Amino acid sequence: MKFVDEFRDPELGRTLAGEILATVQTGRHYKIMEVCGGHTHSIYKYGVDDLLPENVELVHGPGCPVCVIPMGRVDDAIAVAHEPGVIFTCFGDMMRVPGSDGTLLDAKADGADIRMVYSPLDALRIARSTPERQVVFFAIGFETTAPSTALTLKRAKTEGIENFSVFCNHVTIVPPLRALLESPDLRLDGFIGPGHVSTVVGARPLEFIPADYNLPVVVSGFEPVDILESVLMILRQLNVGDSKVENQYARVVPYEGNIRALEILAEVFELRPHFEWRGLGFISQSGLKLAEAYADFDAELRYAVPGVRVADPKACQCGEVLKGVIKPFECKVFGTACTPERPIGTCMVSSEGACAAYYNYGRFARDRELV
Amino acid sequence: MPDVGLQSELAKTADEERRRASSDAVAAREDRILDIIEKTRAKRPKFRDDHITMAHGAGGKATAALIEGLLVPAFASPALDVLGDAGIVTIDGVGLAMTTDSFVVKPIRFPGGSIGDLAVNGTANDIAMAGARPLALTLSLILEEGLPADVLKAEVDAIAKAAEVAGVTIIAGDTKVVERGACDQMYICTTGIGQVDARATLAPSGLKPGDKILLSGRIGEHGTAIMLARGEFELGAVVESDTRALWPAVDMLLHATGPALRCLRDATRGGVASVLNELARASGVAMLVRENAVPVLPAVMGAAELLGIDPMHVANEGVFVAIVDPGSATAALDAVRTVPGCEDAVEIGEVKTSPTGMVLVETSFGGKRVMDQLVGDPLPRIC
Repeated sequence: MKFVDEFRDPELGRTLAGEILATVQTGRHYKIMEVCGGHTHSIYKYGVDDLLPENVELVHGPGCPVCVIPMGRVDDAIAVAHEPGVIFTCFGDMMRVPGSDGTLLDAKADGADIRMVYSPLDALRIARSTPERQVVFFAIGFETTAPSTALTLKRAKTEGIENFSVFCNHVTIVPPLRALLESPDLRLDGFIGPGHVSTVVGARPLEFIPADYNLPVVVSGFEPVDILESVLMILRQLNVGDSKVENQYARVVPYEGNIRALEILAEVFELRPHFEWRGLGFISQSGLKLAEAYADFDAELRYAVPGVRVADPKACQCGEVLKGVIKPFECKVFGTACTPERPIGTCMVSSEGACAAYYNYGRFARDRELV
Repeated sequence: MPDVGLQSELAKTADEERRRASSDAVAAREDRILDIIEKTRAKRPKFRDDHITMAHGAGGKATAALIEGLLVPAFASPALDVLGDAGIVTIDGVGLAMTTDSFVVKPIRFPGGSIGDLAVNGTANDIAMAGARPLALTLSLILEEGLPADVLKAEVDAIAKAAEVAGVTIIAGDTKVVERGACDQMYICTTGIGQVDARATLAPSGLKPGDKILLSGRIGEHGTAIMLARGEFELGAVVESDTRALWPAVDMLLHATGPALRCLRDATRGGVASVLNELARASGVAMLVRENAVPVLPAVMGAAELLGIDPMHVANEGVFVAIVDPGSATAALDAVRTVPGCEDAVEIGEVKTSPTGMVLVETSFGGKRVMDQLVGDPLPRIC
């Protein structure tokens, strides 16, 4: 595939791996967090960490949109889906996320009309073609997906489609990163910065990381070569005691972001005072809701949403996984009570979740040999 | 004045020691957990769900739990234990392969075929995978009230043509009509029968380390065709279903390999990944697949990439996996490639000793990863 294969070139990968090996200082341990679930997925899918020296440790971060949705919001979604006449639409992964009493997939088997879509525009199309029904879209994701929800809402408003609404769970990337950096139990050496989020917000909002915490950030693409190159760039900064924001993903990410997308976000959404994150608790000004001008499309206003906060199951350590404090397999229920078929925690659901990625792809320790 | 530099150096060293000690403990825990996971996977899956969800129809882990956890134990039949595509009964020394199938694909017509083609080819291919020449089919039609006669006629036509190509006769049938809404246009149920070929000595639990894994053609085309035909994604590409009769290729393969052919599976729902995982578990072996050896059309790869699906999990309707003795791999490939539709037949990997029951992929990038069965259902009603 054009524009992709170049970034999966094993030859280039080996060259970069060699440069990384030449750059690391022996006796020093490097702990680098990849923020995005997309990076986590690629790292396991391509076996990127097979190519890294032992003293470079990749820690998985909080940037998986499905993983950060708390159980109470899933319960809310199921309640809306059970409202008479509602067609509830969501991304496939969200259907398998457990609420306090089952998943959306269970609710569907129970009779709720729940449909998987790949884009909010698909949901709007369903609304257009079934005017007699109410169509609700379960919006999740960081600034990456928020613009497509915003555009869909703009279109719904322009076309006057009244049977469409959005259950908004969009979140922003900077507040959880700041929360992570404030957390005392985590010592990081640098960040592989979010790629697709940065296509929208740009690299500039990440400048607080070097400025306030003296750590390097490299905004990275999602192919294995991208990730290796970003690791190398971080190591080089560390070696000379530098800390700044660099943009490895310049082919897609403008440093200042996508002004048009940011304008649309500002028009359609406003910040919630606080929003609950799975395992991370409430983080102020970290979630988006529909702005006043779009309140008619707000499913939380249209339906009686229970809005009850549900504590995570006791055994579940998604929060610590999301913060990179523990590795997936260090969780008490990993691979035993919690598997991709029967997930307890969100990190085991999405293919971008650290636990699912490790279970599905990485479950083969480096030092074991295939015979 | 205390030496701040020295103190921080000392703190760093202590930190490093703590980290090393804890990283040994972590590695031990990782090994222990991985052992537990592998032991659990090696066991027969349990059916523990409260109700049927669409995932039970996807050909992945939930389907395996339904079949191996509920159905197979309930019927206590040695023929079922094999979990083959068809069962074998022997009558007066003649081995007969028998199978049954149902088709609920949506939409019923798609680029490259229709529900009628699938019904004939899907059933005949299950017979062929038992090393048997397909002979006859029965056909049961479940029709929705209001189905346009033209739609029905087109499918009857497709069935007749596909049967002629596959060399099978329709020898019995049934029709039922249900109220509007009780089925979606039409469903087809079939039974197929065939005669086990004298050259075939297939045993899915008899794989040996060193055996080669062959694929009869490009993968992922049927599933992608259905996905695109539903028009849910605004992708311009047209991909045709690979629905085709596989007996001619099996016939050539048996001719070339005889007893060196260990087993055959058609890679339908759940894709190549499901087939390989089932076989690795059945024989207690490991498998290593080279990702860049697996042939995939660029359009299929592109769609899979966009949707976050692995082509190895996407359904095929005209591709089989064959495991052969290493000495016969070249002859097998040469033979299969002479059959139309199988020109891209290729060796994709080999059987290994351990870790047992696991399928590993050598990625095109040079790393290794596990390739497990599909979880959940990205695409219901694919066949």
